[in-house]
Amino acid sequence: MHIDSIKDGIVIDHITAGRGMELYSVLGLDKLDCSIAIIKNVHSNKMGKKDIIKIDADIVLNMTALGYVDPGVTVDIIKDGKLVEKKRVSLPELLTNVIFCKNPRCITSTEQELPHVFKLTDEANRIYRCVYCETKAE
Amino acid sequence: MKHLIDIHDLSTTEIDELIEVAKDIIANPAKYSEKCHGKKLATLFFEPSTRTRLSFEAAMYELGGNVLSVSSAGSSSAAKGESVADTAKTVSCYADIIAMRHPKEGAPLVASMNASIPVINAGDGGHNHPTQTLADLLTIHCEKGRLDNLTIGFCGDLKFGRTVHSLIAAMSRYKNIKFVLVSPVELKVPSYVKRDVIKKNNIEYIQTTDLEAVMPELDILYMTRVQKERFFNEEDYLRLKDSYILTPEKLKNAKSDLSILHPLPRVNEIAVAIDDDPRACYFKQVYYGKIMRMSLILKALEVM
Repeated sequence: MHIDSIKDGIVIDHITAGRGMELYSVLGLDKLDCSIAIIKNVHSNKMGKKDIIKIDADIVLNMTALGYVDPGVTVDIIKDGKLVEKKRVSLPELLTNVIFCKNPRCITSTEQELPHVFKLTDEANRIYRCVYCETKAE
Repeated sequence: MKHLIDIHDLSTTEIDELIEVAKDIIANPAKYSEKCHGKKLATLFFEPSTRTRLSFEAAMYELGGNVLSVSSAGSSSAAKGESVADTAKTVSCYADIIAMRHPKEGAPLVASMNASIPVINAGDGGHNHPTQTLADLLTIHCEKGRLDNLTIGFCGDLKFGRTVHSLIAAMSRYKNIKFVLVSPVELKVPSYVKRDVIKKNNIEYIQTTDLEAVMPELDILYMTRVQKERFFNEEDYLRLKDSYILTPEKLKNAKSDLSILHPLPRVNEIAVAIDDDPRACYFKQVYYGKIMRMSLILKALEVM
């Protein structure tokens, strides 16, 4: 399978196999009009299988959302066809408007303009809780 | 301390300081009678409450301050759709401190993020009620002379009972505490409270449905009401509301120095016959609540 290399853009590498489409959606990549390749189940010595997303444009990625969905990914910045920067993401401490509180008793259920903010309360078990009502993110 | 939204906002040292000042207020009330002269407390109560609102207002008056009051959502701009943030910004122009009760969880936090004056959470739905916890701590301290080496029984609605969750969290800071959790199966303490508070602090606890069996062990018995307003389904409420009713017979095997607490209001979970028992502390708890709110207002306004 041949995928064109990128001149100026971003490669999201080491995506857990099967999470590529989820990231595509969470990062809002469907709203871009540049070329985007989602490559699934690529052989990886380290991971066995992985997904890769190639974006043929120099955009600002939501690293918080990226870290929440798949904290093991790497982000390669490509300029003039060369890798100029490799970024690692980690589980973010705070998530703002990435996930939404479903507790009907939470203040966010009635005040629509409030940002939905979740805080990482248990890193080992990846548990986030709403900062307003402490409801656990599903 | 600028705001008090959650009991966790206070360190153990700060709690101890609040108790120390509260005890000094009890001993020397005159010394504090003008401490808040010229200061205004706004009580913003968007959910029905008599006790907590009056307690805050009485506390401010006893400190020589004044009170501005909203006693229901219907009588405020909230009825016109004003946001909590806008209400907080507006009231910051009128008062020096806000005490807020709101049916929505997290509303006082939103107020604190937008107010330029201290905000005290006076209860947000079934979530937090830190001043009740402070009142409970002062009551225990005054009755027992300590906050450590105690076996504390909680009985009734331990699932939705915010006062229970907050007091468990607060007492978990002290040494040699044991919890006895008595409730119907449907109203057990949520698993996150057990995991994140009780087990995390290696605190001994037992869970049971049988109050009489554990009664002889208890130093403190914290009774709670099954709260109708926390149920979406009235059928469940009716089935569970009379699960535990404390009567003189049930106290037969209790310690002679047991302290019975209840955050009030009581419906029928403590028989009126117990009110004259010297172990009944729930009306003293109301008094201690006012004193603790005085201590808290002094600390928040930095006039100690």
